[in-house]
Amino acid sequence: MRKYYDDVTKIAGSVLTVKAHGAGYDELAVIRSDHGESLAQVIRLEGNQVALQVFAGTQGLSNRDKVRLLGKPMQVAYTDDLLGRIFDGSGRPRDARGQVEGQMIDIGRPAVNPVRRRMPDKMVETGIPMIDIFNSLVESQKLPIFSIAGEPYNELLARIGLQADADVIILGGMGLRHDDYLKFRQTFEEGGVLGRTIMFIHTAADPTVECLLVPDLCLAVGEHFALDGKKVLVLLTDMTAFSDALKEIAIIMEQIPSNRGYPGDLYTQLARRYEKAVDFDEAGSMTVLACVTMPGDDVTHPVPDNTGYITEGQFYLRNGRIEPFGSLSRLKQQVNGKSRDDHRSIMDACIQLYALCRESREKRDMGFEMSPWDNKLLHYGKLFEDRIMDLSVNIPLFEALDRCWEILAECFDPEETGIRRSIIDKYWPKASSSPAEEMEMASA
Amino acid sequence: MNGNIVAVHGNLVVAQARERVVQNSISYCVRTDGTRLLSEVVRVRGQLADLQVFEETRGLHVGDAVEFHPEMLSATLGPGLLGQVYDGLQNPLPKLADKVGYFLESGHYLDALPEETTWEFTPVAETGATIQAGHTLGTVPEGIFTHQIMAPFNLRGEWKIEKIATAGTYTVRDEIAVLTNDAGQSRSVTMQQTWPIKMPLNVSRRRLMPTDPLVTKVRIIDSLFPIVRGGTYCIPGPFGAGKTVLQQITSRHADVDIVIVAACGERAGEVVETLREFPELTDPRTGRTLMERTIIICNTSAMPVAAREASVYTAATLAEYYRQMGLNVLLLADSTSRWAQAMRELSGRLEEIPGEEAFPAYLESRIASFYERAGAVELYDGTIGTLTIGGTVSPAGGNFEEPVTQGTLKVVGAFHGLSRARSDARRYPAIDPLDSWSKYAGIIDRDKVARTRALLARGNDIHQMMTVVGEEGTSVEDFTLAQCAEFFDNCMLQQNAFDEVDGATSAERQQFVFDKLLEVIDIDFAFENKEQARQTIVRITDLVRNWNYAATGSEEYEALLGQIDAFIAAKGRES
Ligand SMILES: Nc1ncnc2c1ncn2[C@@H]1O[C@H](COP(=O)(O)OP(=O)(O)OP(=O)(O)O)[C@@H](O)[C@H]1O
Ligand SMILES: [Mg+2]
Repeated sequence: MRKYYDDVTKIAGSVLTVKAHGAGYDELAVIRSDHGESLAQVIRLEGNQVALQVFAGTQGLSNRDKVRLLGKPMQVAYTDDLLGRIFDGSGRPRDARGQVEGQMIDIGRPAVNPVRRRMPDKMVETGIPMIDIFNSLVESQKLPIFSIAGEPYNELLARIGLQADADVIILGGMGLRHDDYLKFRQTFEEGGVLGRTIMFIHTAADPTVECLLVPDLCLAVGEHFALDGKKVLVLLTDMTAFSDALKEIAIIMEQIPSNRGYPGDLYTQLARRYEKAVDFDEAGSMTVLACVTMPGDDVTHPVPDNTGYITEGQFYLRNGRIEPFGSLSRLKQQVNGKSRDDHRSIMDACIQLYALCRESREKRDMGFEMSPWDNKLLHYGKLFEDRIMDLSVNIPLFEALDRCWEILAECFDPEETGIRRSIIDKYWPKASSSPAEEMEMASA
Repeated sequence: MNGNIVAVHGNLVVAQARERVVQNSISYCVRTDGTRLLSEVVRVRGQLADLQVFEETRGLHVGDAVEFHPEMLSATLGPGLLGQVYDGLQNPLPKLADKVGYFLESGHYLDALPEETTWEFTPVAETGATIQAGHTLGTVPEGIFTHQIMAPFNLRGEWKIEKIATAGTYTVRDEIAVLTNDAGQSRSVTMQQTWPIKMPLNVSRRRLMPTDPLVTKVRIIDSLFPIVRGGTYCIPGPFGAGKTVLQQITSRHADVDIVIVAACGERAGEVVETLREFPELTDPRTGRTLMERTIIICNTSAMPVAAREASVYTAATLAEYYRQMGLNVLLLADSTSRWAQAMRELSGRLEEIPGEEAFPAYLESRIASFYERAGAVELYDGTIGTLTIGGTVSPAGGNFEEPVTQGTLKVVGAFHGLSRARSDARRYPAIDPLDSWSKYAGIIDRDKVARTRALLARGNDIHQMMTVVGEEGTSVEDFTLAQCAEFFDNCMLQQNAFDEVDGATSAERQQFVFDKLLEVIDIDFAFENKEQARQTIVRITDLVRNWNYAATGSEEYEALLGQIDAFIAAKGRES
């Protein structure tokens, strides 16, 4: 027997309140109106008043519409048939193919017991030297890309998705521009990974709050693939849109905001999602990369700020490049000690010299005179930016390390790099011998 | 059943009670599938009780049953706590994993202490003796410690030992004594007892002024901003500045008996690191693994928020319990901001009048009473126990002008402020030497500390000026001063946490190095020009940094020391 409730007491923002019995907190309801059926979630119970957050928004709903309680939380089908499919923010097919049948799983499940987590120790090679050498990405890491609007963050995300050798790629789009969605699809198609990709896409044209389910859908599916031993990569863009949707709901529910209108539980809401990144003891893993656009390029804005406190580092995307300063992979030391023995030395030396180069540039810009040393640094900075930092560079880690050695040898004498002697002896390029070595050879 | 749910809002449930309800007592919300969700009464309004639920409230209905219990949320105390990994409500996580698998499913509560483990009990008190709360009845060996089995802390007045167990093996559930009092009451005592986590546990003769330096082996702390046993300190800092790493180092090297790590609302991965590494690391003081002196309480950010609030209190209670045995305990809480945020979430749902940044008005008093649980106490048997509390603070936007940082600064004895500028420059540990302070006396003479702090401040001023007028506009004397400040910063304050030797410096060595650095700074260099000053200071900096990496007393150590002494003797002039 299906029971309907139609005593709607309030419609405001994207929340509809109805008098009903037997509603379970956090469970789903369906509202039938002239415009069809829309999905809603119980966000507050008070006596017989049930507040429902309507994912498609409340436009066009009336106080006589019928509400049916589903008696279960949001679920999603879990099956291999998901691979290659595209869904919307509520999990409905977006690709003109049929519903997916499979085991129904709840979204937003409890946290993983920390004692069943492994210490992450496998590097994810991306072909991007600024990541692979300087801030290595590690399997099961949660890492955001901090970016201002207009930077190619989605391209970067797509590229990592393509390059990382994952069994399953899950893309969650929130407020995604339709063009960007098409571009993702095209990139994955051309890269031949569409067959192992699942997309949950909420576009900018969809109702704002409908994006709230996207991370949970992606992560619930990803978690199950990981439990089945798969190496999963989840890409979420843009988490600022997700946070803004949370803000909208909080304001409608008259919660007192803590910071610039965002609710006090923003940290918790974000952490519960990012913390799903996991390397299971005796099963697979899930890596989470997210885009966070920074309003006004302000890293102290509540969204990037709370994110930084949750994730294991961050990549700053600025002027089309990954900034070496400020960017940080907190797990890099788990992997960069065992890739090649010059990895850490190159990482330290190149960044220190690049920092010095920036100082020299500042001095130059202030009109101070350039010493020969300053000029070496300026030359180095240029080469480093063109051959390593440029995002179009796409080479494996070892080749990137070799390239760094070439740049160093082109600009400096070995001892000027501050790299340990034993490493220099092993890796300093022999062909383009440095000025100092030439003199040694001449005198020999 | 003695109540029913009338409203659900996040982790706040309002229940209609039919019987007596005790503020801060525990209760259970019963889901229709029978799962019981642990809750705490946080407000009573007539027959309405507001409950904070320590689990996700998904699936609760209006009308669902609520069980009320008279007792308050309590920690279980007894032998077997050391080495455990608990969640915020003292559920042992490894056992929970054995029972329910990968996930922390709601509604599973396990005994905090293994009931099957037996302990070698030796009675200390005798039949017929008169005792009071907290008096030692007997002892059991627990790893490297002699764990005292104490009379229940909630005893009132004097009691007589009617019966006490003979030496032998017992579990924590076995009766080891029977007590009676004049009123004719009788009480059976086991090795385990409970104590409400929100009530400070302190059964002692008096509180003492904490003065005994607590050596952390982190040079910038021990030398400039010391902490003491029984004191309090805080580490505020923006994300990624190194709060957690600093606490991890401290948890390894701190010169205390027991360390309690409270991972409160932070990353699970960081707990896993400690979890996996500590059993492999030996404690140089005892030769046993670090895990044997550690308890981990972890309520990470994805775990239910209300339990996060409870976790710091659980940690404090366990810490106080070991202090009652005359031990030195260190409680490290990372991060107290997450605990404050949990309070804020609940306060918002209770629709209390908010203060700054929506934190409740009682935020400051809660912070104060938490840190107040630290302290050095003289116990009834004359021994001294201490509890030191160090908490990290994660201020929004890295700005210290916010309620949690400010509320904490009012009550702690030392402030280790991390700066973004220092962490960006990889000057670890990134404690800002200009802003930080400590009210305690440490292992270095106060005068010497004052001198070096003045040098650092002056060096900073000169450096600021130089960015405007350039090196050209700076005198050789000023330039030298700035170089000396930089030298001290490099050689004393910065420390490579990941180096075996440099990562941990003993108190004696710190004192020796400090004096040596002062000798260098005191040299009357009389440089002719800045280039000479720079080169000379770079040379000595390099020598000392290498010296810091050399194991005390090693050949290399002696050789470098010889070179440093020669440098001082030659007043920095190359021979
Ligand atoms: N003493 C140190 N030596 C070397 N590296 C350090 C040190 N402290 C911090 N770091 C580096 O900085 C990173 C971040 O440090 P940490 O996790 O302690 O920051 P945090 O202040 O706890 O940040 P959050 O508030 O986000 O938790 C580390 O992963 C490490 O790479
Ligand atoms: Mg931290």
